[in-house]
Amino acid sequence: MRTVTDLPKLAPHVRLSFDAARNQHVLLSPETVAVLNGTSADILGLCDGQRSVAAIIAELRARYERVADDEVCAFLQRMAARHYVVISDG
Amino acid sequence: MDRPFGLLAELTYRCPLSCAYCSNPIDLAGYRDELTTAEWQRVLVEAQELGVLQLHLSGGEPLLRRDLVELAATGRELGMYTNLVTSALGLSRRRAEELRDAGLDHVQISVQADEPAMSDRIAGTPSFERKVEACRLVKELGWPLTLNVVLHRQNIDRVGAVLRLAEELAADRIELANTQYYGWAWRNRAGLLPSQAQLEQAERVVSAARERLTGRMDVVYVLPDYYSRYPKPCMGGWAKRQLTVAPNGDVLPCPTAQALPFPRASVRTDSLAWIWNESPLFQAFRGTDWMQEPCRTCDRREIDFGGCRCQAFLLTGDAARTDPVCHLSPDHDLVTDAVRAANAERPAVELPLVPRPHRVGSP
Repeated sequence: MRTVTDLPKLAPHVRLSFDAARNQHVLLSPETVAVLNGTSADILGLCDGQRSVAAIIAELRARYERVADDEVCAFLQRMAARHYVVISDG
Repeated sequence: MDRPFGLLAELTYRCPLSCAYCSNPIDLAGYRDELTTAEWQRVLVEAQELGVLQLHLSGGEPLLRRDLVELAATGRELGMYTNLVTSALGLSRRRAEELRDAGLDHVQISVQADEPAMSDRIAGTPSFERKVEACRLVKELGWPLTLNVVLHRQNIDRVGAVLRLAEELAADRIELANTQYYGWAWRNRAGLLPSQAQLEQAERVVSAARERLTGRMDVVYVLPDYYSRYPKPCMGGWAKRQLTVAPNGDVLPCPTAQALPFPRASVRTDSLAWIWNESPLFQAFRGTDWMQEPCRTCDRREIDFGGCRCQAFLLTGDAARTDPVCHLSPDHDLVTDAVRAANAERPAVELPLVPRPHRVGSP
């Protein structure tokens, strides 16, 4: 990820879901279940390939009192490194 | 108690292929009476209530079930990640589009080698070209594609070419799994177990490919446990994360546990929740209390859980013994004898393999 105009979206093989039996947000792929906290699930829910990183941060500001831009970017980078998120140029 | 994350739904043991490494049971006759569509749908609802998030539609060949699309749709409606594990024989464009419309999330296609002659020989039927076409179709329809390749003595030397095939097909993942010796593979072990030199060469090729493909393809390599110092943490622990439902409704903590000497547990007579929580089969090896020495006092008992119960049973006749793969096992010579035979001088001709039958009563 280079700029806030980049467009992150979930990788084709993963799906964001809510695990009702355990009351937690999860990211599902064929062989793994990644457990997410509420904020992470919120960020990933906004990764639709349409919103830029800047738009995602703006959306989060409407929901949370404190949003650190660099933390959101770092999180998205970690998700990309694990092949959960694909980031294309804006 | 832990809840299961994944359900392996073995919809049928019928299969158009006859691979000699198949882990389906030797006694296929016991599985002719398959669950109906309604019974499977009830199983899926109960599984979802139990906490299952991933549904693997497998077999045998799941495409031989006429209700496959319906079952995939049910899994998807229940919010499960639905994964089709297939030989791809029978995956016509129409069927594929129906599955996509049903919401199927992921497709895993097996190939037996990198080229038709060897792949078809191992599969026991002309199938390679159709598999390659099906892989292209899967990508065209926008699915992520995983290639599944079982490695053994007769194809492991081709692993580099297999990786190039996966790259050419734009696979997102490849699972290179060394054969595990259950079912038909157990019967054919002498002809399937590779030599040390073959494994070392394959591992070099795989590590190089993994580096080259970083960011493009996920390369999963399943180690051959006969050559490991410690056993695999089978199923992530007995009845801890996964469960299997066989074609006839039998419920198992792992797909090969039908051989173990416990009363059967079936969705035809009991609820999935009771089977998971209470049945003797599922209770048998939970936790560490059942362990014998050397596992009982071993530092690794919560890491590998004593290895595989089915392998302990197959090799020693006692499912509670340490997996003989472990170098600390008192039965380890059972494994080293097989490994020694795999590394002895042999004639250039490979040992003949016994193909699994396509169905009961067929050759």
